[in-house]
Amino acid sequence: MLAFSPIQTILAVEAGVEVPNCALTAIDNTQQSYGLKQFRGKVLFVDFWSSWCNPCVQSFSLLNEMNRDLKDKGLQVIGINLDEVPEDAKAFLAKHPASFTVVADANQQCAKDFDVKAMPSSYLIDRNGVIRYVHLGFRPGEAKEFRALAEQLLAENPVRK
Amino acid sequence: MKTTQHALSALILVLCACVQGCANVAPWERGNLAKPHMALNPDPMQSALRTHLYGSREASTGGGAASGGGCGCY
Repeated sequence: MLAFSPIQTILAVEAGVEVPNCALTAIDNTQQSYGLKQFRGKVLFVDFWSSWCNPCVQSFSLLNEMNRDLKDKGLQVIGINLDEVPEDAKAFLAKHPASFTVVADANQQCAKDFDVKAMPSSYLIDRNGVIRYVHLGFRPGEAKEFRALAEQLLAENPVRK
Repeated sequence: MKTTQHALSALILVLCACVQGCANVAPWERGNLAKPHMALNPDPMQSALRTHLYGSREASTGGGAASGGGCGCY
């Protein structure tokens, strides 16, 4: 059934909720720290991935494409790595270069805050910091739909508070 | 009576030991389960060939094996 279902929006669980302010660190040696709330005002595409997860590998080309085409319009793509062995992630990135921001969730607190239920899990967050779409898994046919959803959110104006 | 009590205690001990084996594995903790040698079928190509041969000889197919590994990926 999953193979034929369109992008699932799980309204009851997480869509409509404010994004948790996770503390993340850059996966390279700079150890730069990030908080998700620092990207307020941009549309966020947050993707939880691991080097051992095949669908995650397939989603990398979409993430690179979206970063390349929509970055200037205000899209921030963030790949949150959940590998238990950090070297695995580094070896993976050497083989599959990522042009988007890749960070590590060292103590898995961010994954717990997001209540990640599958690998990969993707979240589209609007300019006001509200989670709008939650998607579990990745199939190549879904790339267009992801892109359309991101463009739809980019077209919205942020609510001034 | 005493024997029943001993048997009951032993049963409870065994059950306690078994319960320890149950644990929730978070989706991001399945890296080891995703390794090829953790799959139910360690050599899918060989199995497919054998199933094909078996099917040709028996004139029936199916019900041979389960697919997939322990990654739990969507």
